Amino acid sequence: MTGLYEEIREQPAGDVPVRRVTITVNGAKRTADVEPRLLLAHLLRQGFKLTGTHTGCDTTNCGACTVLFDGRPIKSCTMLAVQADGHEVTTVEGLAGTSELHPIQEGFKDEHGLQCGFCTPGMMLAAKALLDSNPDPSEDEVRWALSGNLCRCTGYQNIVKSVLWAAKKLQSQSTS
Amino acid sequence: MTQARDEIKIGGLGASRRRVEDNRFVRGKGRYVDDIVLPDMLHMEILRSPLAHARITSIDVSKAWQVPGVRLVLTGEMMASRNLAWMPTLSYDTQAVLATDKVRFQGQEVACVIADDPYIAKDACEAIVVEYEPLPVIVNPAQALAEDAPLIRDDKENQPDNVVFDWEVGDKEGTDRAFAQADVVSTLELHYPRSHPSPLECCGSIADFDRSTSKLTVYMTTQAPHIIRAAVALVAELPEHMIRIVSPDLGGGFGNKVPVYPGYVASILASILLERPVKWIEDKTGNLISTGFGRDIYLRGEMALRNDGKILGVRMQTESDHGAFFSDAQPSKFKIGLLHSAFACYDIPAAHLVNRGVYTNKAPGGVAYRCSFRVTEAMYFQERMMQAAADDLGMDQAEFRRRNFVRDHDFPHRTPFGFLTDSGQYGKCLDVGLEAIGYQGFLKQKEEAKQRGRLLGIGISTMTEPLGAGNSREYDILGIKMFDSAELRVHMTGKAILRTGAKSQGQGHETTWAQIVAHELGIPAEDITVEEGDTDTAPFGMGTYASRSTPVAGAAVSMVARKIRAKARKLAAHLLEVSEEDIEWELGRFYVRSAPGQGVTIQECAAAAYSNMPDGMEPGLENVAYYDPPNLTWPFACYIVTVEVDPQTGVWDVLRVVAVDDCGVRINPMIVEGQIMGGLTEAYAMASMQFITFDAQGNCVGSNYMDYLLPTAWETPGYELHEVVTPSPHHPIGAKGVGECATVGGPAAFVNAVMDAIRDTGVRNIDMPLLPDRVYEALTQRHDVSGAPPVRTDD
Repeated sequence: MTGLYEEIREQPAGDVPVRRVTITVNGAKRTADVEPRLLLAHLLRQGFKLTGTHTGCDTTNCGACTVLFDGRPIKSCTMLAVQADGHEVTTVEGLAGTSELHPIQEGFKDEHGLQCGFCTPGMMLAAKALLDSNPDPSEDEVRWALSGNLCRCTGYQNIVKSVLWAAKKLQSQSTS
Repeated sequence: MTQARDEIKIGGLGASRRRVEDNRFVRGKGRYVDDIVLPDMLHMEILRSPLAHARITSIDVSKAWQVPGVRLVLTGEMMASRNLAWMPTLSYDTQAVLATDKVRFQGQEVACVIADDPYIAKDACEAIVVEYEPLPVIVNPAQALAEDAPLIRDDKENQPDNVVFDWEVGDKEGTDRAFAQADVVSTLELHYPRSHPSPLECCGSIADFDRSTSKLTVYMTTQAPHIIRAAVALVAELPEHMIRIVSPDLGGGFGNKVPVYPGYVASILASILLERPVKWIEDKTGNLISTGFGRDIYLRGEMALRNDGKILGVRMQTESDHGAFFSDAQPSKFKIGLLHSAFACYDIPAAHLVNRGVYTNKAPGGVAYRCSFRVTEAMYFQERMMQAAADDLGMDQAEFRRRNFVRDHDFPHRTPFGFLTDSGQYGKCLDVGLEAIGYQGFLKQKEEAKQRGRLLGIGISTMTEPLGAGNSREYDILGIKMFDSAELRVHMTGKAILRTGAKSQGQGHETTWAQIVAHELGIPAEDITVEEGDTDTAPFGMGTYASRSTPVAGAAVSMVARKIRAKARKLAAHLLEVSEEDIEWELGRFYVRSAPGQGVTIQECAAAAYSNMPDGMEPGLENVAYYDPPNLTWPFACYIVTVEVDPQTGVWDVLRVVAVDDCGVRINPMIVEGQIMGGLTEAYAMASMQFITFDAQGNCVGSNYMDYLLPTAWETPGYELHEVVTPSPHHPIGAKGVGECATVGGPAAFVNAVMDAIRDTGVRNIDMPLLPDRVYEALTQRHDVSGAPPVRTDD
């Protein structure tokens, strides 16, 4: 039991199989019983109430649902929740501490790297994966790393600048 | 000595203030419709038609009801029993909510399932058995107007054919006379393909009907919550004060989220029937194949020219494809929107335009996709025509434009189709652009490259466009005039809350509206909260589209702040114990004219409004302003693109993009530039890859992001931005609309550049998008390349 009470719901007729999964989400172990067909994006959003992960296209094209899976960017709208069992997932909610923004978040804000904000969590996580492996990327490397994420508002130029801004800040942090 | 506040420091006009809304967006704490969860909420899915035109012979929903967790199955028949099978459109037509007799386009809504979770609802949709009897399909105007064409709208009385309307504007006889005097007549014919605004977030709603209060709350993806409230009151026959529409954060709009869609209506009915909240979240395919598209228009035109380059007249014959229902979301009194804003920046004595709108078996709901109602098509045709005419005259394309520009001292200027333009420095913008791109140098480079077999090209697009619908004489939606509103409440400590009738979808209103208040009152922008989108709290307004926020709602923000300042002046006189006439204003402070050291701040006036008002004065410091603009605003833009075309493959690469925008006074330069770069990217998208087409059976090609190609960071070129400032003569702070300029003016610059590169082929036109195979066909076959549907999909 996780709270003061838990309502026992009558199971629908029909035998819906259920699998128990344990996923480390933003550093904390989360366990849930899921239908095997449940998408990871839906478990994060509806199950774990982490609505910063957005679903845009359902076909792995737009990247709004990008999360880090054991540190690698993946599109959570086309991964099953059961595939994440035993793995680590980082969402946008795990990017910053409680008060301080992550330099990538600061960069997006400072360089006007977002407008409607819908693609932003996925963009920032794709950027994080890049900067984790390549702390000093060129503009072309940033553009290539973000090419799995669509933005309809900004035209990307400011997103690229945001990521380069973050790279610089992270480098200055690591040297100081 | 002045004690005025430093306007940039307090985040006033001209400050590139960092955005307030980003604090939640970068944390993933935006609140979009799908993020909202209400207690006991159910989920709705829509079953759509697989066929473009067919008679429904039977619908069997019995198996859907048997799926565990299903709460309701809605069909057209059930909707009809409540008089909700059809709904009125914003263009005085009707549209099916759920099909009863026939389906008229692929993706049309046929039935809805409401269930405990969206997976169950989807399962149950698949359990519905619909039998169709296929009918002949129409996918373009030529088919629609053929003598033996099947009648699409046989549901309507007095609709003997597939013509939606015929419309005409301009001076036919005068134009005929101009052509009779012409030395040269240039012609051009093209199809502007159907495109989809495709915000990343699809449409959706959560309808929550509370039987105990009779109140209906709908959280929905709408750019115009107040219009939706009016429409729901009319369609659902609910009293308007019992309807609350809340538009939370929107994941982009671009026009797609203006119309009323069947999914909204069905979710509302389901909530009323079930007395539980019902959420409907569209998937990407549903969004692309059924909601408001843009463009899809066939343009033919002629230009009468004198040998010295003077344009004498223009004729345009156009046909527009409106899909199965005429549900264009456009508020002008002109049937074809503002298509006749074409050629507004040129001094042309005579022009004439005819348009025929037709029904086809394609999705309905033409929207202003990041443009003011067909302005994109107008400016695309204009600038393609200008290039063709310059070529026919053997004249330099920049010089040909300059020679025909309306001159700076000729404003106000009546355009050949009747608009009144009021300001601009067209020649200067062109000069700035040519200088930035290094025009003469590029022409030389292009010639040298040609010697080595390389194809370089340069494209120019210059245009002024009407932004900011409207004025109430010519613009309304269902009779509601196109004004907008702002309500400002200054608290006792001098902090404030502002609400407007507009609705941001990424434009940053929470940041920029506060800057206008800061400019008018000297209250730091960070002390002002901005709220929009809730019809229970915001003043009545017409919403955000057509680049109308700053021209109309932004003007209302200025005007309401000035009302506040007028009352604050009385309070200041009271506090300073002088008469109002002896008081002067500087930013943030009133002072005594004869003793400038004696003054009170706006914050002190605010405190007095609650604690120390003069006898007889109403307490408090708040007001509301409704603003009906005297005219549209007329920004100007000059976009110049250089490209290199690969003669072996037809692939073209953008070398440089220079943009010169004159949108008047810029409230927040950073945000304006963000809008321009976003717009340029949509222009590049339409020129290079992004379109929706149909095969002969009416199958939508471009129904998901694997077929509907949007540029990524990798393909998208970099942009070089420049500005010229000509303030709007009538807007309170001199601002003009800008959000759409680059989408409107940009496509022609890209296409003109490619056409310039392949000029030696003699090809006059390749329809957008300029896919490599189309360019290759033009290069090798040396004929125009049409992109009009139907496309072949069998190979």
